[in-house]
Amino acid sequence: MTVVSAFDRAPALEDVPVLPRAIDDRAITDIVCEPLLRPAGKGWWIAFIICSAGTLALIYGIHLLFTVGIGIFGNNTSVVWGFPIANYVWWIGLGNAGTLISSLLLLTRQSWRATISRFAEAMTLFAVSIAGLFPIFHLGRPLYFYWIAPYPATMHVWPQWRSALVWDFWAVLSYLTFSVVFWYVGVLPDLATARDRSRGAWQKVYGVAALGWRGSARHWRHYHRLQISLAALATPLVCSVHSIVGLDFAASLMPGWREPIFPPYFVVGAMYSGFALVVLLAATITYGLGLQALITARHFEAMAKIILMASIVMGLSYLSEYFAAWYGGHPEDRGMVAFEFTGAYWQVYAGMLFCNVIAPQILWFPRMRASLAVIIGVSFAVLVGMWLERILIVWNTLSHTFMPSMDRVFFPTWWDWLFLFGPMFFFAWLFLLFCRVAPVVPMFEARELRHKEAEG
Amino acid sequence: MSARVERAMIAEFGNPDALSDAARSVCNEGFRAIDALTPCPVEGLEETLGLKQSPIRWPMLIAGVGAAAFAYWLEWWSSVFAYPIDSGGRPLHSWPVLLLVPFEVGVLFAGLAGFIALLVLCGLPRLNHPLFDWDAVERSTDDRYFLLMAAPENENDNDRLRRLLSDARALRIRELSA
Repeated sequence: MTVVSAFDRAPALEDVPVLPRAIDDRAITDIVCEPLLRPAGKGWWIAFIICSAGTLALIYGIHLLFTVGIGIFGNNTSVVWGFPIANYVWWIGLGNAGTLISSLLLLTRQSWRATISRFAEAMTLFAVSIAGLFPIFHLGRPLYFYWIAPYPATMHVWPQWRSALVWDFWAVLSYLTFSVVFWYVGVLPDLATARDRSRGAWQKVYGVAALGWRGSARHWRHYHRLQISLAALATPLVCSVHSIVGLDFAASLMPGWREPIFPPYFVVGAMYSGFALVVLLAATITYGLGLQALITARHFEAMAKIILMASIVMGLSYLSEYFAAWYGGHPEDRGMVAFEFTGAYWQVYAGMLFCNVIAPQILWFPRMRASLAVIIGVSFAVLVGMWLERILIVWNTLSHTFMPSMDRVFFPTWWDWLFLFGPMFFFAWLFLLFCRVAPVVPMFEARELRHKEAEG
Repeated sequence: MSARVERAMIAEFGNPDALSDAARSVCNEGFRAIDALTPCPVEGLEETLGLKQSPIRWPMLIAGVGAAAFAYWLEWWSSVFAYPIDSGGRPLHSWPVLLLVPFEVGVLFAGLAGFIALLVLCGLPRLNHPLFDWDAVERSTDDRYFLLMAAPENENDNDRLRRLLSDARALRIRELSA
């Protein structure tokens, strides 16, 4: 019931055009290509230098990790998984929203998604690339990570296909490669536009990247069908990827992890944090690149509603966890819920509940959804809250298992924090480069949307 | 390409509706519309130009199912014959868990096959094209909609086509030799 009423005002929103009436094909090209053709501004360079410094710090951290070993982290004999696994789950989740926007919302004909889909997909690529590094970081002997791949090894060993880690390998590999294809197919016509607008060396770069695309009707028919087909494949793929990440935990026997709800609960959590990041990036590039005509208040309002709905689903997931523990009756499961609220990490847990369940409720008020500052604040809280959730899944269960003598508390080291914040700088660094070289809004989709709105 | 002609006529339009209208009347009058260059897909243009539905899903289906089948076979063969691991007495051929990897791999290969099929069906990459000789065509990725037709050999027909295009709000008309 509550979920439906959150969307009650949606029909009214449908009447408002996504793009301003005055905008035409040429204006769309100008707005999107202009940032590519002019030299970078001062703000971009400052951000770039800061992010480069953060990335270098991360590279140093990786060097230290590979030369010294995982002892630099706060992991102990009980809490054997620490930040790397929580970061892995968090980053994969951030990636999911890009695919959600470009595929699920495409299939459900949410036309407003068109202008935010490109950078959300780029966000997916970068986030999933970063996520894929963490399982390697947490290995004791990272140089042997390729043993998980099936190949005719001289030792005649083959992967254990019943292991969740093998599923992870294929899920991340498939998802990342598929996302690259999906993104490149999406950007192809826009690279042709960039080719025809730029001059000199860049024209050659875009010309090669566009593969000679000329917008032929004979090509568009293949293109259009391919895009829809890829979207239809991407939707189950994205759900399967985070379900498999959920199974890393749920396929175990540990209290707090052995819950059948984990796969869907992870998928929703992924969409939730991913949308929060989309909001932050949308706000940054809209004002950074002057795209206010293409990314409007309507986009932010629609995303705010999705965040609100996801927060309710998250709240229900937490409740069902408590219920299952109580109803199942196992002392370890019940003790786990008690430990969450009263144990070593209860402050962190309370902070997570506030960020994920309570703070987003402010978006019930239409006036709050109209305020960009509020939406940004909530999105930030959601990102923090979702990371806390991921680290707590690791900490709570491993700190409180079957043997009380094994109970240990996790204390993060400086290197743990470096591996939390360093990748954020690296992500921002990649995103800054992306904004400079690729059209951040799908121009051809914006034109299609504008023609449709002009007719209707 | 079957659409190869000696001389082509190309007309420029300011919006997709003008292009669609022109394409319809050109075809109705018995002239041959070959292709259109547009900055975004134009609805209904495929039917007007008599283009069949794209077959691109077939290679995707075949590659996807093929890759999934191969992945399943590899899992089954390696876990039952090549390297059996008895894990708590569970069946070596644990088919429910063996379904996960084929699904991921199948989707991946369907996507890759779709991309390759797009390139093959479109004849890309082809960095240059005779149409690019006319500089105005650059705007076909921006805000102009171009219709490409076979230029009639006959002088009279040629004039008739030009008049038809002008009436259909063509901004510029030009003949190109292939």
